[in-house]
Amino acid sequence: MSAWGSVAVAGAYEHPTRYAPHLTAYQIHAESARGALEDAGLRIDDVDALFTSGVGPIGIMSLAQHLNLTPDYLDSNSIGGSSFVSHCLHATAAIDAGLCSVALVTYGSTSASDRFAIGTGGGGVGDPPDHFEVPFGPTIVGSYALVAQRHMHEYGTTSEQLAEIAVTMRRHAMLNPDAKYREGISVEDVLASRVISSPLHLLDCCMISDGGGALVLTSAERARDLRRPPVVILGGAEAVRHHGIGGRDLLDIAARQSGPLALRRAAVGHADVDLCMIYDSYTITVLATLEALGFCALGEGGAFCADGRLGIGGALPTNTDGGGLSSNHPGMRGIFLVIEATRQLRGERGAAQVEGARLALVHGTGGMLGQRHSGATIILGTT
Amino acid sequence: MSRDRRPLPRIDEESRGFWEALARHELYLQRCGSCERVRHPPRAVCPACLSSEIEWIRASGNGQVYSFTVTHQNHAPGFRNRLPYVLAVVELDEGVRMMTTIGGCDPVEVRIGMPVTVEFDDVTDEITLPVFRPRS
Repeated sequence: MSAWGSVAVAGAYEHPTRYAPHLTAYQIHAESARGALEDAGLRIDDVDALFTSGVGPIGIMSLAQHLNLTPDYLDSNSIGGSSFVSHCLHATAAIDAGLCSVALVTYGSTSASDRFAIGTGGGGVGDPPDHFEVPFGPTIVGSYALVAQRHMHEYGTTSEQLAEIAVTMRRHAMLNPDAKYREGISVEDVLASRVISSPLHLLDCCMISDGGGALVLTSAERARDLRRPPVVILGGAEAVRHHGIGGRDLLDIAARQSGPLALRRAAVGHADVDLCMIYDSYTITVLATLEALGFCALGEGGAFCADGRLGIGGALPTNTDGGGLSSNHPGMRGIFLVIEATRQLRGERGAAQVEGARLALVHGTGGMLGQRHSGATIILGTT
Repeated sequence: MSRDRRPLPRIDEESRGFWEALARHELYLQRCGSCERVRHPPRAVCPACLSSEIEWIRASGNGQVYSFTVTHQNHAPGFRNRLPYVLAVVELDEGVRMMTTIGGCDPVEVRIGMPVTVEFDDVTDEITLPVFRPRS
């Protein structure tokens, strides 16, 4: 017996807001929950499991109050922006084990209207390893930049190759009416934008927006009787990377563990994947993740991403909503990866539709790529 | 002179030996008394063999740049007045890598593989940060 294939995304909703000083984060959670339940054709009373992150260490109880939920199952696993991908994995196991039947995953954030400088605000000295890092001034951008610099050193990856990724994401955002940035950019524009933390330029970095979204998961069997075509979770895995006893290889990222395991669990290969949703906190994140997932050899990511392959109509369409680089990024983007993959597999994406999409790979990265980070991969498919 | 507003480490029972040595301008690393693996950051139990036997070894202070970034934007107090600064990971000759900063040269001169040596940045009476500069 296996959980894979037994659980489906039955409802998905991305909040259209990108800047919402008139909304609270909880309100975005609630409006997103309503949207996803409506999409599924289920009622709030049907929910018996709640998943969320970004609400503080024990904030899930406050959110449950806000939504007046008394679920049988609670999970606020917090491993950074990948958390919501991880929630889908955990919900799959919980539903398959009979611990719950309808899982609601919600996210809401007002990072932009709160003027929260996520990437360049500096971190606090919290956990024990932080005391050996934070005094030297690692920003989130800086942490990812360490990986980019090392990648360039080992493999000759160029800023132009990274810029191609930002240009492709922007092209996708131009097809997304909700995307925050919809004016075309060129490789030259990326390279001419100011350096935030070398070698990463402003346009190599995701934005800060407001936003949120929600997902409803239930058994594939039940989902078949609901409003939307079910999108089934065929496999998944999560992983963590850190400095261990004395410093890891910065190019050994969590996706190298979770990706192959998720594909194996889904019993599919790279060639079966019709589209990818890859957390694009920075251009380097996409390049390093696709390599680590095994879509190309280590070191070949630059060339792999630079020839139009990631565009809609290319061999491996990636981040068809415009990603965090151009659509939205309220701080933790994982939920949007699953929402967009779900819409693609239902064939709802109009001009941005990947023709005949039947299998999607979603990978979320959480935390700081050059320090400690998580990776969560799920494989979604039509039945 | 304005106070240094960088966030500073808190000394605890697992890290005390490291920070006290730095205050004396010496760089010490932990080595497991059982399996002899050198580790950083310091901790009470060896994650490789779970032994609690700890030895402190004096590091040469020499190493090379494993990766780096020149930071041009950081709004945090203590850093916004230092821009641009180099955030780096240095691999010490003893094999461990540590996060640090590189001074003593123009940030544009920093390269991966550049030989560096430790310097001691006395921030307070208790806290001295291990920073690095190019080694000729």
